[in-house]
Amino acid sequence: MATAREIRRRIRSVKNVAQITRALQLVASSKLRRTQARVLSARPYADELQRVLIHLSHASADDDEPSPYFYSDREDADLRLLQQRAIKRVGIVVVSPDGTLAGALPGNVNRKALAFAQEQKTAHGLTDADVRFVAVGKRGRDFLVRNRLNVIADFTGLGDMPKSSDVRAIARVISDAYLSGEVDSWHLIYPKFVSSLIQTPTEIQLLPVQPPEAAADAEVVKHDYIFEPDAGTIYAALLPRYVETLIYQPLLELVASFYAAQFVAMKSATDNANDLAADLNLTYNKARQAAITTQILEVVSGAGDQ
Amino acid sequence: MAQRPTLYVQVVTTTGEVHAGEADEVLAPGSEGQLGILPRHAPLMTTLKVGALIIKHAGSEETLFIGGGFMEVADNRVIVLADDAERASDIDEAHAQEARRRAEADLAQDRSDVDRAALTGDLERALGRIRVAEIQRTRRTRHATPPPGSEQ
Repeated sequence: MATAREIRRRIRSVKNVAQITRALQLVASSKLRRTQARVLSARPYADELQRVLIHLSHASADDDEPSPYFYSDREDADLRLLQQRAIKRVGIVVVSPDGTLAGALPGNVNRKALAFAQEQKTAHGLTDADVRFVAVGKRGRDFLVRNRLNVIADFTGLGDMPKSSDVRAIARVISDAYLSGEVDSWHLIYPKFVSSLIQTPTEIQLLPVQPPEAAADAEVVKHDYIFEPDAGTIYAALLPRYVETLIYQPLLELVASFYAAQFVAMKSATDNANDLAADLNLTYNKARQAAITTQILEVVSGAGDQ
Repeated sequence: MAQRPTLYVQVVTTTGEVHAGEADEVLAPGSEGQLGILPRHAPLMTTLKVGALIIKHAGSEETLFIGGGFMEVADNRVIVLADDAERASDIDEAHAQEARRRAEADLAQDRSDVDRAALTGDLERALGRIRVAEIQRTRRTRHATPPPGSEQ
């Protein structure tokens, strides 16, 4: 059995660990709350933009069957983001955190990305060389590079408040790759923030743009709009912004998911450390008692000898 | 006579809502020229360029800097989806001047086309901010000290 002094040293170090993990847990919970507010405040823009795109696709179609693809044969570069092509090469944006101590979160995202890449390869008969990756966040980048996958760009250090310039840079890379014909469809994998306990790795399609459709039961008011300059130009101006909101929302949810996962991981670490400290305390007391008993026995037997 | 309807104006950017409220008149920097929106305006969709968005309500005026974007008018609702928006009172004019100087200095050098486009955009936004800040300042001084002769 370990000596009382060794046990005391272990108790001290376990308590130190518990203190650190507890501090991280508190920081994560306060950052989570702030991030949730940010996720909510980004929603009006995304909602309104979607509503306007739906209006626009209805207003533009003269026939009874409204179609957002009405514009897709125009020559504007931005409208070519709607074009569906035969899929020969696929791009995947992997959104993962920069930070560590977030439990299984980064691993789950990376696994989902690999599974999705596999799915695409079988569906379209592609090889590894046909799958391009864009890594957002260090955990995903390190994983992709370690697996020798085809990473064409990486974005790290976005921080807790992804800026619109960061979002634009990412959108630029994937749009360019799409318009140049290097990649025929783009998808994004991110940890969707379902609740503080559940974050599900989720896939969404970025390009070609799938124009938002009105919910089946929603009634779309048809207005006779005046367009300045014209409907096609407005649609072309809005599409890249729509792609940006498709990227921005996951980036915000990533931050929320990261802190939620970190909170849970740090909470269980703190609990474990406290349990361990309690166990060690018991062992320490037993060891101390055993030492005292031995000493008494020695004294008593020593006295009896005389 | 029925009461004249008012407009409901909402200005949103990707990071949040900048302005929401009633208005009697909205002046917006449309890409095809300055637009004045009054209640019962016909449904309209337009792109916006960099400039000042002025919202008039009950005798007071709110000026916002808009860094380009999009506007929809329908059913007395005005929705501005701005790439960038800031209340005139929140503009840091020194910061905008600095951004302007930087953009001008960078533009003076030889750059590729992509850089030029981005820098021209930066410069335009900095100038827009400065202009909006100036509008705000002149209005405030006008309120504080009425020009001589205005009492009559």
